[in-house]
Amino acid sequence: MSDRQTKHKTADQEPVISVRGLVNRFGDNVVHDNLNLDVLPGEILGIVGGSGSGKSVLLRSIVGLKRPDEGRVEVFGQALDSLDSQQRSQMERRFGVLFQRGALFSSLNLQENIALPLIEHARLSRSDAEYLARVKLSLVGLPASAALQSPESLSGGMVKRAALARALALDPDVLFLDEPTAGLDPISAAAFDELLVTLRDALRFSVFLVTHDLDTLYSSCDRVAVISQKRVLAAGTLDEIAATQDDWVQAYFHGPRGRAAQQAASTHHLQE
Amino acid sequence: MSTQWVDYQEGELAIEGEWTLAHYSQLKAAIASLPAQAGQVHEVNLENLRAIDTAGAALLVELLGAERVGDVHAWAPSLSAERQALLARVAQAMSMSLAPKPVSESWWHAMLAMLGQQVEALWHQQLQLMGFTGLVVATFARILWHPRRWRITAIVAHIQQSGFNAVPIVALLTFMVGAVVAFLGATVLRNFGATIYTIDLVAFSFLREFGVLLAAILLAGRTASAFTAQLGSMKANEEIDALRTQGLDPIELLVLPRVMAMLITLPLLTFVGMLSGLAGGAMVASLSLDIALSQFIGTLERDIAVTHFLLGLSKAPVFAFVIALIGCLEGFKVKGSAQSVGEHTTSSVVQSIFMVILLDALAALFFMEMGW
Ligand SMILES: Nc1ncnc2c1ncn2[C@@H]1O[C@H](COP(=O)(O)OP(=O)(O)O)[C@@H](O)[C@H]1O
Ligand SMILES: [Mg+2]
Repeated sequence: MSDRQTKHKTADQEPVISVRGLVNRFGDNVVHDNLNLDVLPGEILGIVGGSGSGKSVLLRSIVGLKRPDEGRVEVFGQALDSLDSQQRSQMERRFGVLFQRGALFSSLNLQENIALPLIEHARLSRSDAEYLARVKLSLVGLPASAALQSPESLSGGMVKRAALARALALDPDVLFLDEPTAGLDPISAAAFDELLVTLRDALRFSVFLVTHDLDTLYSSCDRVAVISQKRVLAAGTLDEIAATQDDWVQAYFHGPRGRAAQQAASTHHLQE
Repeated sequence: MSTQWVDYQEGELAIEGEWTLAHYSQLKAAIASLPAQAGQVHEVNLENLRAIDTAGAALLVELLGAERVGDVHAWAPSLSAERQALLARVAQAMSMSLAPKPVSESWWHAMLAMLGQQVEALWHQQLQLMGFTGLVVATFARILWHPRRWRITAIVAHIQQSGFNAVPIVALLTFMVGAVVAFLGATVLRNFGATIYTIDLVAFSFLREFGVLLAAILLAGRTASAFTAQLGSMKANEEIDALRTQGLDPIELLVLPRVMAMLITLPLLTFVGMLSGLAGGAMVASLSLDIALSQFIGTLERDIAVTHFLLGLSKAPVFAFVIALIGCLEGFKVKGSAQSVGEHTTSSVVQSIFMVILLDALAALFFMEMGW
């Protein structure tokens, strides 16, 4: 893991996403207050924080689904709301988003769900798009028989995988994943981590990864940002974060689960 | 053979340029133009491959076969480790069967099957409706002796939503229809010099038919759809299952309050509809037929027996029961998707309007035979 971190030591590169002074409110409920965050090219950035700390809202602000109450969000050096609709659509093509609850289109079967962006944006013929969609479904570990199933007939874990396949459909430049391994069995979750790293290494996209899965953090993230007290409390490599003097961070990384995941990661690393 | 993407010489195939989604169709064309044995060529050269993504990798696997691409590290060691990993991963994914089971039938076979399915579905629907009616009545009988379980709050809330809030629209609509009926009557009856009978026409039609029918059709559109959408989204969200596993009865909690509210609401709305229909008729009578309001009311009192009012009103609870039952039942039939909520909401409105008109026609026949 440490050699990958050095390989992606990219601190001097322009960030792909930069969030400055972000404020988000719902009525009186202030979710973010002066939040700053950078996502660097080619990195997998893990976002952790307690339930309800505003991770999903942050994701939604970055991809432009929620207009920030104050502050600036820049993606590839441009603010989304400064673009006209054509440019904005071009920009959104470069995003792949996996929503927390999958958000598969319920009126389409799985292969149509994934073929839709291929047909609309990449202008493939329907048969090419559906063929590629089946390749992607197989890539995320779904059997061929699932291609014609409708989303409502899937288990939670299958929905997550199909949603990942859809997020990957256009080979995006930035991938946003909201708790992708929640609801997956540990074996599938490990396969998911491995797939993510393989694809990132080959395609060099950046990943904004909201997760509670400590194994995912240890096995695939280059950096981690902790969201707490309405802002990014700390951002850095896992070792740096784990050394942060904060009760929540300490409890998170040095609680029983944190220690187990850390051990698993280090023994795994030694074996390599 | 040489293009921007592939360069094929005897015994050697060079893959070049950007094999990415953006060039998918050109790549496919380039591959199609290669001779058939190109994929089995001895030597494959990936040195000038500038970019590759999953789409390009899939095409390469198609060209060379999953097994060969899976061993990419053996024959193209100079390719970067990341690309080797990507190719190996895509090859592994594509080595499994990708084609879903084909479903092909002849068209007449499919058409017959569809006809059969629809007839069977119709039959099932009627059976379900009868079964559901029984279930609701049985549940009602069970809680009748336990006033604590009557859910007064829920009933009142539904009365407000489906009844009270519908008063303006019911009143306006029946008022306008009342005026139209009076105009029609006046036009036809003037030829016989009997415009005074316009009063009887408006009164008969609104007391016996239109008051209850219009109110029921409005509620079928307004409330049956609301019931279906409410229960349907709950069903899609597994809320109904959650109730069941807590030992709570969804019929008692969700259906009965709605049915009771409708049973109270529709007769009241029917009364509102009758009154404002008569008001519409009276307005036209006084403005364009020179029948004064006092004369209108006097004639009503003298000529129109109260049975007509009671006959009209007696249909209201029946319609209310049917509308509420269909609305709730369709909600329970929803299967986990937004699409399904939409389909069943449509179906509930169509069915309840159909049933209201059918029952009304049967009632008219029955009342006529009885000489009421
Ligand atoms: N659409 C919304 N309307 C009002 N409050 C919201 C909305 N979305 C999120 N919130 C609030 O924002 C906070 C953060 O939510 P969220 O980002 O979903 O948390 P998490 O970090 O678990 O993903 C919560 O307090 C939630 O109640
Ligand atoms: Mg969330």
